Amino acid sequence: MFAPADKAQAEESAQSLTIEEGKKLYTVGCASCHGTDGQGTSDGPSLVGVGAAAVDFQVSTGRMPAATSQGAQVPKKKNIYSQAEIDQLAAFIASLGAGPNVPTKDQYDPEGADIAKGGELFRNNCAQCHNFTGKGGALTKGKYAPSLEGVEPKHIYEAMLTGPQNMPSFPDTTMSEQNKKDIIAYLHAVNSDETENPGGLELGGLGPVSEGLFAWIFGLGALIAVAIWVAARTAKARKS
Amino acid sequence: MSTSETTESRSRGKAPAGERVADWADGRLGIYSLAKANMRKIFPDHWSFMLGEVCLYSFIIIILTGVYLTLFFHPSMNEVEYHGSYVPLQGQLMSEAFSSTLHISFDVRGGLLIRQIHHWAALIFLAGMFVHMMRVFFTGAFRKPREINWLFGFLLFVLGMFTGFTGYSLPDDLLSGTGVRFTEGAILSMPIVGTYISFFLFGGEFPGVDFVARFYSIHILLLPGIMLGLVVAHLILVFYHKHTQFAGPGKTNKNVVGMPLLPVYMAKAGGFFFLVFGVIAVIAAIAQINPVWAIGPYRPDMVSTGAQPDWYMGFAEGLVRYMPGWEINLWGHTLVLGVFIPLVLFGVVLAAIAVYPFIESWVTGDKREHHILDRPRNAPTRTAFGVAWITVYMVGLVGGGNDLWATHFHLSINAVTWFVRISFFAGPVLAFIITKRICLGLQRRDKDKVLHGRESGIIKRLPHGEFIEIHEPLSQDAMYTLTAHEQYKPAEIGPTVDENGVERKVKASEKLRAKLSKSYYGPDSQIPKPTVDEYKEITSGHGHH
Repeated sequence: MFAPADKAQAEESAQSLTIEEGKKLYTVGCASCHGTDGQGTSDGPSLVGVGAAAVDFQVSTGRMPAATSQGAQVPKKKNIYSQAEIDQLAAFIASLGAGPNVPTKDQYDPEGADIAKGGELFRNNCAQCHNFTGKGGALTKGKYAPSLEGVEPKHIYEAMLTGPQNMPSFPDTTMSEQNKKDIIAYLHAVNSDETENPGGLELGGLGPVSEGLFAWIFGLGALIAVAIWVAARTAKARKS
Repeated sequence: MSTSETTESRSRGKAPAGERVADWADGRLGIYSLAKANMRKIFPDHWSFMLGEVCLYSFIIIILTGVYLTLFFHPSMNEVEYHGSYVPLQGQLMSEAFSSTLHISFDVRGGLLIRQIHHWAALIFLAGMFVHMMRVFFTGAFRKPREINWLFGFLLFVLGMFTGFTGYSLPDDLLSGTGVRFTEGAILSMPIVGTYISFFLFGGEFPGVDFVARFYSIHILLLPGIMLGLVVAHLILVFYHKHTQFAGPGKTNKNVVGMPLLPVYMAKAGGFFFLVFGVIAVIAAIAQINPVWAIGPYRPDMVSTGAQPDWYMGFAEGLVRYMPGWEINLWGHTLVLGVFIPLVLFGVVLAAIAVYPFIESWVTGDKREHHILDRPRNAPTRTAFGVAWITVYMVGLVGGGNDLWATHFHLSINAVTWFVRISFFAGPVLAFIITKRICLGLQRRDKDKVLHGRESGIIKRLPHGEFIEIHEPLSQDAMYTLTAHEQYKPAEIGPTVDENGVERKVKASEKLRAKLSKSYYGPDSQIPKPTVDEYKEITSGHGHH
């Protein structure tokens, strides 16, 4: 009798059910810092309008729920929520105010993107904190830009979209979807398991500091050991 | 005529080929007397005397690999689009210098290995010079007659720093470009002349289109040319002065105890060259250095975190990083103290170690030649000064890598910077005091060993129940070695009135010298070494301590 309406209603109720479940999870895991309705407290910022993408990023990478609001920055850790639970949480937060949605696979999939363009964009926008190839770097007062090694394309995309913690956000108006893909493709090329280091050991990819340490310890260290060895072998009269 | 000549030479019989070649060469070069005098030249044996060789060989390796690199490198800042083998830079605009460096790395046979040998050898060359210099310093080998050679060595170290820096800048990558930008900033901070020097060096506004070509001439011709000359002079002086040796029985200020140059040292040194080459080649084959492809081409609007120079410029980087960003504005001109003071300190720190030998010889007033080395403990003030200097240097290195200390030890970069600022002042003072104490402690230990012998570890119980440890007397050789050093007496100002009772003017420099001399050789700065009388008195006491 109400067939079309029924379907709409079913969808709507499924949606509200998800939000309902999300709210329950929120109350248990997040409300103590972010407030009962996501309005924020002195321990955590307001979540109104941060969008589903922010929730997906923060919870999937284990940053949220943070163990404590102390410390300079919330570190990445093991995620304890299932994807379904994260979706429910994201739906609840999204219901509080409009914000960026979780990107779909065809948005962040780096297949066919321009790696070289991505490199240029990365050096222009990201390297000043994350290092040339995304090895991470220090910020003020114990804060840091984390290493991007092994971060999933989806999470890199979400981070650019939402600007977690100290990171500025790069919405599509500032950096197009294609450019984000290029950056993800570049990072995959230069900072992943498949990256080739034609010169040998990468030594952390941190530049001259680690190279200098290596030269002193293994280069000069080995040569001094060799010198001691050579000096110990001298042309003495044969003992017997 | 010609017939008679051939008969004559035939009648004398043919000399062996080697002799004929030697004779031919001697007739033209006069090498016989030279070789005769020097082939049996004696060198003493100690591993630390080979540190200079490490430097020499790595320098040779750098020259050889550098020549190979010049065959393929284009020192030009013309903009080109990259279409080589490295995919993540395809189609990027870059300078020809950068593109040819990529070409060397990916498309020239053996190019990357040679590049890496060149760069690793440079880091090791500088590290070797640093350690060699410290060996010379702590053993007092810089004393007369070797002061000038000390300065030659110091100049080699400083020129090495700048040769390294100009070479590091050549690929025109984002990292080295940031370093050149840093240098430009340091030059600009110089009052009045800074702007002019910068415009002169870069041919206009930074970065311009000239600096790679200019740095190239400096890097491959000017600086290495001067260095090569200095290396030769350095070695000639080592030959001329003869090598120093550690004190020991049979070793005097007038002899050298060791092995002859030929065949022993030729074999050793020749072999050691290949060992040095081998170690550097192995390192270059297994560890990547300066991967310019990952760093990307330089553009003045880009910068990366973790941008540091090679280690030998690290302390200069540190000075700038931990200096507060002070500046003064005067009549529309800005004096950037935050950069200018570090620039001055850079020179002061380097000069401090360079002039030290002259200060010490002024304090001691010693005009004699010294060919016997000091043990560092027997020159506590010098040793303490050296350790304090190294402390300042190392504090600079820590400051230069403050961001990596912060990320790798989970510290706040501000805390690291403050630690370094305080250490810059407190570190050398503490290091000086602690080192001096340790030296004096070691002197006491030596004295104790000479007078009471070595602890044997054997415990004996006497009939009345007392336990004593048996001390074994040292061998005469060991006792000689431990007491061979000479101890200066602090210089006195002398009578301030002359024989007629007229007061003499005491110059301020004289007072300073007496004061310094007292701090060098006063009772708080050295333990009087054991005398024969003391030894006899103790050893005649029938084993009772």
